[in-house]
Amino acid sequence: MRAMTEATLYGLCSAALVGVGLFGLIMHPQPLRKILAFNLIGGGVFLLFGAVARRGAAAGLGGDPVPQALVITGLVVAFAATALAVALLLRLFQETGRATLGSDG
Amino acid sequence: MAFDIGLALLVLGVGAWTVAARDTFAAVVGFVAYGLLLALVWVRLAAPDVALTEAALGSGLTGGLLVGASTRLRRSETRAVDERQPASLRLAAAVLCTLVSAGVAAIVLLLPEPAPTLAPQAMVNMAATGLGNPVTAVLMAYRAIDTLLETVVLLLALVGIWSLAPDRVWGGVPGPRHQAEPDGRLTFIAQLLVPVGILVGIHIFWIGSVAPGGEFQGATILAAMWILAMMAGLVDAPAVSRRWLRLMLVAGPAVFLTIGLTGFAVAGSFLAYPEPHAQLLILMIKIPVTLSIAATLALLVAGPPERA
Repeated sequence: MRAMTEATLYGLCSAALVGVGLFGLIMHPQPLRKILAFNLIGGGVFLLFGAVARRGAAAGLGGDPVPQALVITGLVVAFAATALAVALLLRLFQETGRATLGSDG
Repeated sequence: MAFDIGLALLVLGVGAWTVAARDTFAAVVGFVAYGLLLALVWVRLAAPDVALTEAALGSGLTGGLLVGASTRLRRSETRAVDERQPASLRLAAAVLCTLVSAGVAAIVLLLPEPAPTLAPQAMVNMAATGLGNPVTAVLMAYRAIDTLLETVVLLLALVGIWSLAPDRVWGGVPGPRHQAEPDGRLTFIAQLLVPVGILVGIHIFWIGSVAPGGEFQGATILAAMWILAMMAGLVDAPAVSRRWLRLMLVAGPAVFLTIGLTGFAVAGSFLAYPEPHAQLLILMIKIPVTLSIAATLALLVAGPPERA
């Protein structure tokens, strides 16, 4: 068992976040809550990248800049996807007056 | 280390709250807090560039978007709350999620030692780019194609949102019209904050060449200032069919692509910069890209056209 570093600690935290977010994604009937939960999973995955980047600290840098840059790209794309999902949901509500994904619709 | 353990537990607790909260609005507020705490985690992980992006985009703009959506969906809330899932399904989901978490945790614990890293290569070649921030060097030089594709993804998402507009308001103005109250608090905050915010956004963009910051962080702040001015009623959103708006949106990707293609002729491959001019070319790309991203982000929040 290696000594607990902050990279390992936040890596384990990211694993737990992915699980919590996945639970919300499966269990919540409201699409907006699913979008929220999906973003929670996203935060966990990005944090995993952060832990990996931190372990790659070298050459006077506190972390490997390549996974860090990937996370910045990822955050922007996640935002764009969230905005599209929210727009689809609001349009669904506007058309049908409902905002759930129940089987009776 | 004690601080890190506390912070990790807090992030987990707030994350769990956003799933457990009964009220959607409360969950959204929890999500904003979750984003800000994550930004702190990024600082602890020696990634200040990501921390800025997380705070501005992951927490700020996403939070604003979700607050708006949850307010509009309030009416549908009461009916949805009663739909509770059976206990057996909850248990199965909990087991599945625990297994997924355990799998990710196992990966974290079994990562190779010593950790592979590209940090030395990033530092060695940075002089050729004329940049002083290795993360910006990755985004604008080593992996410029990711950034190019990302600006295109943003535009595609915007096209997707615009195409949700009903026929009668096609190409119209997004969002409701906000009336400015001359003595209102929001108007006052907007008048005070927008000029300062624009300066901060430009500064964050400019400093990104040598210090934490960059195009995305600066663009997000600029977008937030535009959204604030629109919400306070100081300016109205433009009709999405306006030619200047469309030009502004495509300018970034277009310049990026043009310089990228020129790379074939002058440096031998796509998105290769001829060495003595790398710094100038990167700057020529960054300025229109930042403007385009700022406009795209603001319009992504504004949503599809609602008025003719």
